[in-house]
Amino acid sequence: MARDRNRTDKPGKGVTRRGFLGTVGAGAVAAVTGLPRPGEAVPEITEPKGMVETALSINGRMHRLLVEPRWTLLFVLREQMGITGTKIGCARGECGACTVLMDGSPRYACMTLALEAQGHEITTVEGLMDGEELGDVQQAFVEEDAFQCGYCTAGQVVAAQGLLAANPSPTVDEIRAGMAGNLCRCGAYVHIFRAVERAAKGRGKGGGR
Amino acid sequence: MTRRDSYWAEGPLPETPSPQSSPAPWGTTRVVGTRRPRIDAYERVSGTAVYPSDVVLPGMLYGAILRCPHAHALVKRVDASRAEGMPGVRAVMTGRSKVADLDWPYSRRDHSKLFDPHCRHEGEAVAAVAADTPQQAADALRAIQVDYEVLPFVADERDAVAAGAPKIRDGGNLAGEPEVSERGDVAKGFAEADVVLERSYRCAYEIHAPMECHGCVARWDGNRLTVWESTQGVFRIQATLAGMLHLPLTDVRVIGHYMGGGFGSKLQAGKYTVIASLLARVTARPVKLFLSRQETMLCVGNRPGAEIRLKAGVKKDGTLTAFELSSLTSPGAYEVGAGLLDWLARDLYTCPNVRTESRVAFINAGPARPMRAPGHPQGAWALEQMIDELAEAIQMDPVELRLRNVPKVSQARGGKPYTSTGLARCLEEGAKAFGWSEARKKQQQNGRYRRGVGSAACLWIAGGGGPPSTVIVKLFADGSVNLNMGASDIGTGTKSVMAMVVSEELGVNPDQIRVENADTATTQFATPSGGSKTVPTESPAVRDAAIAVKKQLLALVAEEKGWDPADLELDGQAVVSRTDPQRRLPFAEISRLQRQRVIVGVGYRGPNPEDAVVNPFAAQFCEVEVDTNTGEVRVLRFLGAHDSGRVLNRLTYDNQVFGGITMGIGFGLTEERVLDRRQTGKMLNANLHSYRMPTALDVPADMVSLPIELGDTECNTTGAKGLGEPVTIPTAAAIANAVHDAVGVRVTDTPITPSRLIGLLAVAHKEG
Repeated sequence: MARDRNRTDKPGKGVTRRGFLGTVGAGAVAAVTGLPRPGEAVPEITEPKGMVETALSINGRMHRLLVEPRWTLLFVLREQMGITGTKIGCARGECGACTVLMDGSPRYACMTLALEAQGHEITTVEGLMDGEELGDVQQAFVEEDAFQCGYCTAGQVVAAQGLLAANPSPTVDEIRAGMAGNLCRCGAYVHIFRAVERAAKGRGKGGGR
Repeated sequence: MTRRDSYWAEGPLPETPSPQSSPAPWGTTRVVGTRRPRIDAYERVSGTAVYPSDVVLPGMLYGAILRCPHAHALVKRVDASRAEGMPGVRAVMTGRSKVADLDWPYSRRDHSKLFDPHCRHEGEAVAAVAADTPQQAADALRAIQVDYEVLPFVADERDAVAAGAPKIRDGGNLAGEPEVSERGDVAKGFAEADVVLERSYRCAYEIHAPMECHGCVARWDGNRLTVWESTQGVFRIQATLAGMLHLPLTDVRVIGHYMGGGFGSKLQAGKYTVIASLLARVTARPVKLFLSRQETMLCVGNRPGAEIRLKAGVKKDGTLTAFELSSLTSPGAYEVGAGLLDWLARDLYTCPNVRTESRVAFINAGPARPMRAPGHPQGAWALEQMIDELAEAIQMDPVELRLRNVPKVSQARGGKPYTSTGLARCLEEGAKAFGWSEARKKQQQNGRYRRGVGSAACLWIAGGGGPPSTVIVKLFADGSVNLNMGASDIGTGTKSVMAMVVSEELGVNPDQIRVENADTATTQFATPSGGSKTVPTESPAVRDAAIAVKKQLLALVAEEKGWDPADLELDGQAVVSRTDPQRRLPFAEISRLQRQRVIVGVGYRGPNPEDAVVNPFAAQFCEVEVDTNTGEVRVLRFLGAHDSGRVLNRLTYDNQVFGGITMGIGFGLTEERVLDRRQTGKMLNANLHSYRMPTALDVPADMVSLPIELGDTECNTTGAKGLGEPVTIPTAAAIANAVHDAVGVRVTDTPITPSRLIGLLAVAHKEG
C-alpha cells in the first residue's frame, strides 16, 4: 500500500495530493467543506443550492467537486465521477461490494459520506492497478478463478488488499474472518481463499507490492 | 397449469437449421478440459468490465418506483402534485398516466396492469418518478400521497387453503386442480414393503439475491430504444419490450455484456424495465432505474417454499417398493409457476409404484421466479432424508441403498433411456474419494462437539440444452478470432468455455479469441442462460461454426496449393499436412486469406436425440460438527461428485461445484424469507443483514470437486451436459443427513438454525 500512495507523488500524474494542497493550502480545504461543527444545528439540505465544495483524494489524484452533504462516497465515485469498479450491492453496509481502502483500511463506501472521506486517501480497485497491469492480488484472483459473475470482485480484491496489508501471512481461518464482510452469492469463497493465499505467498517471495 | 413455463419458454421453440457438420466426438483434446483462467478475467478483476448498473450516460436521469407497503390493498387515490414540483423531478407516472396504461404479463395466463390498483403483494408498483439524482427521486417518492384500502391478506400457503381464508384471487386461492402423476400401484407397493415410513418436511422460501440488483438504463434515439439490462437473456428482454411498446424487434437493442448474477431471477424482464423505458420516453433523457436491495427481495423472485409429505416403502434387501408424495407450495400472488417438487421422487431411483400430488396456492407475496434447479433442492430435502431413514431402518449403508436403486432409464418419461447416467459412479467414486466408509465407523461421541457425515444424490430434470442456437465465428487475416454469440455469460464462464471450443477446432490460442455476446443488435438469437443448458446448447453450435471456418480455410489452401483438402488440418496458426511434414502454410502466407481478410463460419445447434434423455447426475458428501450446547452446525468439508458430461474447463467447472454447494449450505443452514404471517403479511427480513446468505465464515475451505466423465457421445457433439443446477440440489439434504449422523436428530424443516436444532436436541434429550 505504501507504494500505492507514493505513486501520488510521482511527477506527471496530474494534480497530486501534495501539489493540490500546496496550491490551495490545507486550511482552505477545511473551510470549504460546510460540515457543521459540533453543537451546530444540522441543516436539511436537499436542493442543488445546498451543494458544498469538497476535495477528495482518490487513487492518488486530488479531485475538487460539489456534493450534497447527504451523498455517499459510493454515489460520488460511481455516478458523479464515473469510477465504477466499486460496486453497489445493498447501500446499507451489508454486502461489501463497495469496499474501498481509506488510508489503507477496508471501508464500505456506501456507509461513508463523501464529506467524511475528505482528508483521507481513498483507494478503489482501479487504484490497485499499475497502469494497465493488474496488481498482485488481482492477478491471484485471475489465476485461482476467484469469482464468477465478478460483481462482488472489486470489493473482495480491495478487502484482500487491506487484509494482507494488516496481516501479510494469514492462516486460512484468518482469511475467512478477514473476508467475512464481503458477500459472494455465486459462492466463489473457496477460490477466494486460495487467491488470498497465493497473493500472500507471492509477497512472501518479494513478488507483491 | 404448466409448472415449468417461466424457465422453458411457452410454446414450441423455433428451430435453427441443421448443423453443417456432424463431427466425431473429440479424442485427446489440447485445450478443452484443461484448467484455464477466464478470457475476461482481466475485465472482471480490474474494474473495467461495465455492468449495466455501471452505465452512466450524459444527461441521465434516475428512476425510482413507489411501492405498496401493504401485503394486500386497493389503491384508492394517488396525489403526486407535490412531487411534480420538487427540485430535479422530471417526470411522475401513476396508474392514471396514459402512457403507463399497459397490461403486465406475469405469465401467458396471468396479467395485471403495470401500475395495478389492486396490490396483491407488498412492493407492487404504484407510481414512478424520474429525477436528476437518485436522492431527489427518493424525495419525490416520499412526497406522493397514496390512499390505500387495506385488505385481508394471506401470507402462508397453509393459511391459503384453510377454511375461511381470505380469497385473494377471483378464482380462489388454489391455482387450478391438484396435479397428479401416478405409475404402478402404491397400495400394493406399501403392502410388499418390510418398512414403511411417512414423514413431513418443510422448506423455507429463499431469495435469489444476486449481488447486482435488478435494473436497467434505457435510452431512446427517436423511435429506437437501447436498454442496458442486468439479465440472463437479452433476447427475452427485447421480446417483452417490443411487445409491450409495439416496436419492431430491430428497434429494441438490449445489451447485457456483463451482469452481476441472476440464479434464475433475471431470465425475464421486470416491470422496472418497461417503467424505465417509459420514463426515458416522456423525459427524452436516458433513465437509470435500479431497484434497491429491499425491492429485489420483495418483487423480483424467490424459490417457493414447500410442505412435503412423503411416504416410502422398502424391502429388507434394499428394494424400494413405493413412494407417495404430496406437496403444497406457492408462486406468490400470481400464476407464474411453482413445482417440480416431486420430480426426484418420480425419477431418481428405481421404484415401480409412485404417486405424487402437487397443490399450488396463491398468497400475498411477490411472484416466484425460477431459482437454480426449481423444485429440486426442496424435493431432495425430503427424498434424500427419507432414503437415509429407510437405510437406517433396514440397517444398510445409505450409499449402498442408493446404489441398489440406480435406474438405467427415466421412469418418469415412460422408460426412455438416459444418454448416459453417472449416478452409480458418482456415489461409488465420491464415497471412495471422501473416505465415506472410514468416516462412518467413528467412535461413539459424548462431548459437546459431535461430528457426523452425510450424503445425498440427485439428477436434474433438464441440462441437455437444445436448439435454437446460431453462432458466428470470424477468423481474421492474422489468425485471431472473433466469436459472436447471443448467449449471456452469467458468471459461469460461458465466454471462456466457448473460446476453448473454438481453440480446440482452429488451433488458435484462446487468448487470441475475443467474444462478442449478449447484444440483440450485434449477435444472434439465443435463449436465456438458465436451466443448466447454456454449455450444452451453445457449445455444439460454436463447434459447428468453428468447423465451418476450418473447412473453408482448408478448401482455400487446397485450391491455392493444389493439396488434397482431406490431408490438411490446422495447427498453431498454420495449415499443415497430416502426412507430409514439409507441407506447412502459415496463415500469413495464405494469399486468399490475406486478400479476403476474414473467413466467416456460421454454426447451428442440432436437435437432441429423440429416443433418449439427457440429464446430469450427482452425489455429494459432507462432514459437519454440531455444538450441542448452542445448536450451531459447522460444515467441515464437502465433496461433490458430478456427472455433467465432458468437462470443458476444469477451473470454472470446480468453481461452479463449490458455488452450488455454497448456495446449498445457505438453503440448508441459514436462508429463510420471513413474512409476518399474523399481523401485517410484510417481509421482516428484506435486507442482507437478516436474510442470511452464506459468508466466508459459513463455508469450509476444504471442498473437493470430482468430475465423473463417462464419455457421452450421444447427448451432443461436445459431450457436455449442464452443471450449474445439479451442484446445489443435494447439498442441504446431505447436511441434514450429516447432522442426524452427528446427534441422532432429524431436522425436517429448513433452515437448520441453532435455535431450531437446540430445540430438537432438548426434546430428544428429554425423551431420552
